[in-house]
Amino acid sequence: MSSEPKTLFEKVWEQHVVVEPQGEPTLLYIDLQLVHEVTSPQAFEGLRLAGRRVRRPDRTIATVDHNVPTTIEGRLNIVDQIAATQIATLRKNCADFGVELYDVNSREQGIVHVIGPELGITKPGMTIVCGDSHTSTHGAFGALAFGIGTSEVEHVLATQTLPQSKPKTFRIAVEGKLPHGVTAKDIILAIIGQIGTDGATGCVIEYAGSAIRALSMEGRMTICNMSIEAGARAGMIAPDATTFAYLKGRRFCPKGAEWEKAVAEWSKLPSDPGAKFDRELVIDATKLVPYVSWGTSPGMVAPVTDKVPDPAAAPTEQERKGLERALEYMGLKAGTPLKEVAVDRVFIGSCTNSRIEDLRAAARICAGHKVSARVSAMVVPGSQAVKAQAEKEGLDVIFKEAGFDWREPGCSMCLGMNPDILSPGERCASTSNRNFEGRQGRGGRTHLVSPEMAAAAAIAGHFVDIRTWNVNEEVAV
Amino acid sequence: MEPFRTLTALAAPLDRANVDTDQIIPKQFLKRIERTGYGEFLFFDWRKTASGEQDPSFVVNDPRYNDAKILVAGKNFGCGSSREHAAWALSDFGFRCVIAPTFADIFFSNAGKNGIVLVRLPEEQVETLLQNAQTIPGYQLMVSLEEQIVSDARGFKASFDFDPFRKFCLIEGLDDIGLTLRHAAALDAFEAKHNEAGWLTAKNN
Repeated sequence: MSSEPKTLFEKVWEQHVVVEPQGEPTLLYIDLQLVHEVTSPQAFEGLRLAGRRVRRPDRTIATVDHNVPTTIEGRLNIVDQIAATQIATLRKNCADFGVELYDVNSREQGIVHVIGPELGITKPGMTIVCGDSHTSTHGAFGALAFGIGTSEVEHVLATQTLPQSKPKTFRIAVEGKLPHGVTAKDIILAIIGQIGTDGATGCVIEYAGSAIRALSMEGRMTICNMSIEAGARAGMIAPDATTFAYLKGRRFCPKGAEWEKAVAEWSKLPSDPGAKFDRELVIDATKLVPYVSWGTSPGMVAPVTDKVPDPAAAPTEQERKGLERALEYMGLKAGTPLKEVAVDRVFIGSCTNSRIEDLRAAARICAGHKVSARVSAMVVPGSQAVKAQAEKEGLDVIFKEAGFDWREPGCSMCLGMNPDILSPGERCASTSNRNFEGRQGRGGRTHLVSPEMAAAAAIAGHFVDIRTWNVNEEVAV
Repeated sequence: MEPFRTLTALAAPLDRANVDTDQIIPKQFLKRIERTGYGEFLFFDWRKTASGEQDPSFVVNDPRYNDAKILVAGKNFGCGSSREHAAWALSDFGFRCVIAPTFADIFFSNAGKNGIVLVRLPEEQVETLLQNAQTIPGYQLMVSLEEQIVSDARGFKASFDFDPFRKFCLIEGLDDIGLTLRHAAALDAFEAKHNEAGWLTAKNN
């Protein structure tokens, strides 16, 4: 009989321990590695130099997302020769090592953290890694999923394992009903604002509570996605009926009797009553509001109804210098109401907020409106499948009629490795995950918001409190 | 990997907290497929003024710190993106050690795999080192990984915690894959059993 109550994390961890050598990190088995063009070339080259093969090509999936252009013409002829070489290198590596690649023109292509779940490759209880810090996204399914560096990519390709020190556990319970207009994005921005960008360093967060349970899988992915922005190793949410309903029938999920068996196994994963966590925090969902980031770190967020903070009020000298530097970079004056901050660009996309539900939510806000004359706005669906579904529902028409660009899938302006970048000084309302200096282009100014808030900012030309927005029900889908 | 035992070198001060890996190496340099040659792009945006010229006041441009091999920085150094290019850029530029109050997890792991020693010291001690490196010409630190001590010639001496296994790997300059393959038999046995768990298979059907 099992003795101690265990957490979700502990159960997944224990099922993947290959060996625990005395005085060394645990050797952890990895069920799935996702590979993309940017962080893998040096790893494959390392295998070649050492004469090693990919141990489990069947547990390895590759796609191109980070540097692919998002226009059809751009994809047919990639002008950036260094980017083109990187994509060609991934093609060759996948062919040489027997790894399946969802290439630019395949119907499965998309952001690696969008396609894993939608193809049913991501599953509860798995260990999942990728050379990308937003791998934490997959934790929404009750998987232990975390980002790794290229040396570790090579290690997993060669051995299907990783030496890992056991992280601490941190339970964040979000309790109560979310108010109207407040989204999963606002929950995670509020958490990061409260605990800071190093608030969960060394920890795996388990998000729990009634507000989390009430979220769709898309919302849960948005929250787990930004765990890394709080410094966490990973974020996890216990699998439940919502999880199973999302996965059932997906292409690479078990079918028939195997499905029933899988659900029975996955149902054992949620944390046992009385399981102990190293840290715990409770957030009152009923008090949450729509948030906007105002600085150059994802912890620098405020309610949309607030003003740009005053560095003079900072508790320490180093924090004051940090705030002054952030405001100078952002071109903002202390005391300016956030609703008066005008935007030049709007980006709806990224592994945080580019799924079908995100596009539906943004389209509802845009329906029957026009993008402000001062704003250039774009929607970049997370995958070919999301794009096809959105087009089936007519969302593309709503966006295009409002004046948005409707693009091909990829990471796009979240990190600006492809041609989609901000010019110096341009201010962008973005549904992505990082507002670091230069993230979306050198000198570009990023404000992180929910898809609804981004859509409203595109229409109004400045930030607005989405709770006061009148949806045009006659034309909204 | 080059072994690391003791390093005595010039210390360069980077008095900023939350230095993210996007700043250490901006995305436009991640398109390369090589593992070397990133040093010239280290802190690329911070090294230039708005008009695109080299900013002589930024620490890694400042001739006073030309030969620095130790970087002293604020808390949460290396946060953000998992790009190992950040570790490659620091190492290629010549840094073998970073001293800060805290480091982000993924960067911590990446640095270790590239022979860079990350030393955690309390905030007040880091503040002292930042001040010294800014004000004392030719300020050198000695970092002994074997003894887990940072010291200078003026009497500063601080011990630091370090994971024993990581220390062993850094001192010996060991390759991780080779270490893991010592457990090949255990891995084969585990994997054979684990394969039966269809609910943890990447692609059913």
